[in-house]
Amino acid sequence: MHSPTLPAASVAAVPGARARRAGWLAPALAALALAFAPLVLGAYYQELVVQIMIYAIFALSLELLAGTTGLVSLGHAAFFGIGAYATALLAPQYAPGSVALLLVLAMLCAAAYALLVGALSLRTRDVYFIMVTLAFAQMAYFVFHDTAIGGGSDGMYLTMRPVVELGGSVLADLERPRHRYFLALGLLVLCYAFLALVLRSRFGHALAGIRINEQRMRAAGYQTYRYKLAAFVLAGALAGMAGFLSAAKNGVVNPELLSWHESGAVLMMIILGGLGSLRGAVIGAAAFVLLKEFYSSEALLGPAIAGRWQLTLGLTMIAFVALLPKGLVGIGRRFTFPRKPS
Amino acid sequence: MDISTFLVQCLNAVQYGLLLFLVASGLTLIFGIMGVINLAHGSFYMLGAYLAYVLAPHFGGYFLGMLLVGVLLSAIFGFILEWVFFSFLYGRDHLQQVLMTYALILVFEELRSILVGNEVHGVAAPQWLAGGVSLGGLMTYPVYNLFASGACLLVAAGLYWLVNRTRVGMMIRAGASNRDMARGLGIDIRMLYRAVFAGGVALAALAGMIAAPASSVYPGMGGGVLIMCFVVVVIGGIGSISGALIAALLVGFVDTFGKVFFAQMSGIGVYVLMAVILIWRPQGLRSRGF
Repeated sequence: MHSPTLPAASVAAVPGARARRAGWLAPALAALALAFAPLVLGAYYQELVVQIMIYAIFALSLELLAGTTGLVSLGHAAFFGIGAYATALLAPQYAPGSVALLLVLAMLCAAAYALLVGALSLRTRDVYFIMVTLAFAQMAYFVFHDTAIGGGSDGMYLTMRPVVELGGSVLADLERPRHRYFLALGLLVLCYAFLALVLRSRFGHALAGIRINEQRMRAAGYQTYRYKLAAFVLAGALAGMAGFLSAAKNGVVNPELLSWHESGAVLMMIILGGLGSLRGAVIGAAAFVLLKEFYSSEALLGPAIAGRWQLTLGLTMIAFVALLPKGLVGIGRRFTFPRKPS
Repeated sequence: MDISTFLVQCLNAVQYGLLLFLVASGLTLIFGIMGVINLAHGSFYMLGAYLAYVLAPHFGGYFLGMLLVGVLLSAIFGFILEWVFFSFLYGRDHLQQVLMTYALILVFEELRSILVGNEVHGVAAPQWLAGGVSLGGLMTYPVYNLFASGACLLVAAGLYWLVNRTRVGMMIRAGASNRDMARGLGIDIRMLYRAVFAGGVALAALAGMIAAPASSVYPGMGGGVLIMCFVVVVIGGIGSISGALIAALLVGFVDTFGKVFFAQMSGIGVYVLMAVILIWRPQGLRSRGF
């Protein structure tokens, strides 16, 4: 590994309250801005932001594995897809389901598969780990693709979107776009705050220690396998949360949610944003979705260029790799922190 | 299943396995030596298939000449590609290279669409390889598929000779086992990387050209092959060419017979095989050596 500057771990290590306050300020302001955004955003852009927030949660969950613990998984979409399928399969057919119940069930299903996959695949390391996680994701993909459980390759519909009910009155109905928006925002904030706390905890420090030197952690008395497995299951559950939101947003699930393209895309998001920081995952998810949206927009670029979005998106990513070795968060950090003499 | 059907399926399995081996051997060489997880490797297979589609009309019966020209073109392409897009990335985190190869997939798919369109094409086998061999009863087996298997075997043998018996092969093995030591001994690592990358591209493109007349040429054909090749490389043991050969044949048989016996769940078989093998041997079948 080449000079791993570790923002997530080093935020806590930077002395002084100033740095700590700066660490909280930007995400808090961003959340506040997102909370007021629906006042000015049209319906289309509101949906786009929801899409970004779903991918941000998905990317955050992978960041815990890849960025913090150093476990690069190329099969993370399996847990995303299982969360989405669990939502669609377990929702009652002729009445709206409960958000709380379905969300918990989706996360539990994803976590259960993550426990199985993690228990087996954590026996391997490095590239083998990447490939074994891919293999387990492909298995899940083909189970949904080839059997009738979830409607085969066509997928299935979520006939009624779930609601939040309290004492008989409906507090929120996900049929309404505004309610979906705020549920997604709330879950993203929760997820971000939760992971920020995890990273500062003993557990989070142990995970960072495993990434940097697993041998030494083991010598220090940590049962690293258990820590890694816990991180894997936690990441799976959070990906399941994103999957639930995806099913609730689109009202439809299909096997492509579990495909390796999706796993690759989310990995690209966190690398693009800058591995090793929570905000990098969110920025990467936003950048990926927005770039794709921009390059495939016929209104902005005309049909001739918009039809070739893969070319323009690919070339942009190549430029990012060439010019930004530390990802998009590296740009901001260049100005806020004095550069370490290297 | 009667004996001739069984025989046909075996030949199919061997042919599929050997084609996978050609692509996977390049992938495993590039990974073993440069440490690059090349997601764009499937695109080179696609490149080969489209090269065959474009070149075939100009060469007519000179099929072998076409293969030679195609291999040269793709090797030059690989050489330049490494120079422009990868040579500045080796000091960095491996994941930066993964991001680069991912971006290249997008670019290649779109360039393919711009240059040759999105239609599905077929490539005719040359006249002297058309027709079939009788396998008893009404069963015949296309001569071209036999040729494809034979050609792949020949390349596999050549690769074995190159890596294990020549001076270039010695440099490749030295570079794979200890990059800094090899450089210290006066091997030009940058040129070696460039050559290995070019060779890997040429192998994948050759596989694509050989496969083109036996199957069709279509957009996105690289993706499926890429994932299968990763499975092969991991089962075989990363960096091991002989391991890749064993693994490729294993995958060929499991996939082909999985389709015969469990048509409903055929997609899963190969991945179950991989999971089982890695739980049994986490480092793959041949963990060290070529």
